[in-house]
Amino acid sequence: MPDTQTTAPPEKADKRINGDLVFKFVTTVFAFSILIILALMLAEMTSESLPAIRKFGHKFLTSSDWDAVQGNFGALPYLYGSVISSVLALLLATPLSIGAAIFITEICPKKVGAWIAPLVELLAAIPSVIYGLWGVLVMAPWLQSTVQPFLIEHFGFLPFFQGAPYGVSMLAAVFILMIMVVPIITSISREVLLTVPSSQKEAAIALGATHWETIKMAILPYGKSGILGAAILGLGRAVGETMAVTMVIGNSPQISLSLMSPAYTMPSVIANEFAEATSKLHTAALMEIGLILLLVTLVINALARLLIWSVTRSAGGGAA
Amino acid sequence: MMRSVFLRNAKNYLMTGMMLAATLAVLIPLGLIFFHIMKMGMSSVNLDFFTQIPKPTGETGGGMANGMLGSLLMIGMASLIGLPVGIFGAIYLAEFGGSKVSTAIRFSADVLSGTPSIITGMVAYTLLVVPMKGFSALAGSVALAMIMIPIVLRTTEEQLKLVPGSLREASLALGVPMWRTTLRVTLRSALSGVMTGVLLAIARVAGETAPLLFTALGNQFWGKDLTQPMAALPLQIFSFAIAPYEDWHRLAWAGALVLVVVMFGLSLTARYFGRTRTGE
Repeated sequence: MPDTQTTAPPEKADKRINGDLVFKFVTTVFAFSILIILALMLAEMTSESLPAIRKFGHKFLTSSDWDAVQGNFGALPYLYGSVISSVLALLLATPLSIGAAIFITEICPKKVGAWIAPLVELLAAIPSVIYGLWGVLVMAPWLQSTVQPFLIEHFGFLPFFQGAPYGVSMLAAVFILMIMVVPIITSISREVLLTVPSSQKEAAIALGATHWETIKMAILPYGKSGILGAAILGLGRAVGETMAVTMVIGNSPQISLSLMSPAYTMPSVIANEFAEATSKLHTAALMEIGLILLLVTLVINALARLLIWSVTRSAGGGAA
Repeated sequence: MMRSVFLRNAKNYLMTGMMLAATLAVLIPLGLIFFHIMKMGMSSVNLDFFTQIPKPTGETGGGMANGMLGSLLMIGMASLIGLPVGIFGAIYLAEFGGSKVSTAIRFSADVLSGTPSIITGMVAYTLLVVPMKGFSALAGSVALAMIMIPIVLRTTEEQLKLVPGSLREASLALGVPMWRTTLRVTLRSALSGVMTGVLLAIARVAGETAPLLFTALGNQFWGKDLTQPMAALPLQIFSFAIAPYEDWHRLAWAGALVLVVVMFGLSLTARYFGRTRTGE
């Protein structure tokens, strides 16, 4: 890369100054492109969703009538599906991830940890479409034949486990999201835990604390906000996750307490309908869902980054 | 600490066991996914997969050669846009930026890399597909580039900051202008680390599906025109996985295997570069 950039020999002094000025200008513009992209996203999404915002107002968020033929659009089932699927997935994933992160950094032999940690990071990089492929062809049929009949038979008195076993369902979406966010939360929690100074641990051990007491008293309080940030970052991923959820959730815009029934999420309805939206209003309604999604994930990610930075920065650690 | 040692030890073992169980619960589903991709992919992948395009519905055989070509072309285009922007932007942050502006850009980059990738697809749609009156590989490449930029920017900046200031000063003291110092001394010393970031960014976008859904759209045939819809491997995996045909599922598994192998290859290469850097 450097060779192609340096063809003009800087012989005259005035040219050198020009070279530096141009260089600084170019790098400045490119650095600010981040802010430009962010502003462009917000501006485009807002202006494109204006027709739907004007037509439906706040009813867009409270109505569950989604009818492209009649031109009525209410996003409630998608909001509901997104909130339930990602919150449940996060509730399942967070304890597992924190446990795994502590195990990797504090408990298992260093050599084993050195193998598991990159493995988990590699798994965090698997594309969501592959999780979706596995989810729809392996996990959903297994849920349909084994897990769902079991839950319906033994816990069917609860509203959450009523109905017929479809396989593709809210339950499938929760499971696939859990599997997907676990590597993310684990690897960031691990980075946070690595920044805990060993003096903290040594002090606890010197007082005669057991391994678990050291973790509870010295390590977890120190990394608390960073781990919380990791969990919130996982929530952001879960809310925005598109392909895998679209493939396993069943794509049915209904609000049902039962985890057995199919549901729909905000990214999924965009993925399924956007390319085929015929009317301007339909496109605008999908854009508004996208805008809500963008705003929600911006807030979630900003919060998560602030929490993670507060730990890793002060410890002089790398970026999480 | 008045509780008995026995109770404290018991609790210690119990919690250790639970954390071991959590680690297993994390690794088992991931291991299962890996196992199925290997098993189903290995039995489905063959030479046709790399040389043929998909057969019409109902016919057996065929491959995803057009998807792989399309992915390569679009990742190449996205890199042409995204890598220079990311790397030069990182130079600004590491070499010129005032602390407040740099922190704001850094923060925005971190936040941006967490926004759902389907949003970048929608933005690329309004910016390119609507004005050009049609889905195109170009729009897909721009959407992918928007995902690459923050990743490359952050990793490159971290690497540039590791280069000792004395190197820059030595070069500047010899009368070498700043731009030349940055490109030939600073960037070159950080090159292996920068390569790590570049490869990780490429690995990330290689599997992206959502941003291509309404930009590149996909194509059943050999599409090589950048202004036309183009096939991509992840898009094909998606549409074949949700189709009700056994034979298409086999192709989807084969595609998943190829994608995973490519991504793991990129990640391992990236790790190799990262290791030589720290070993210096």
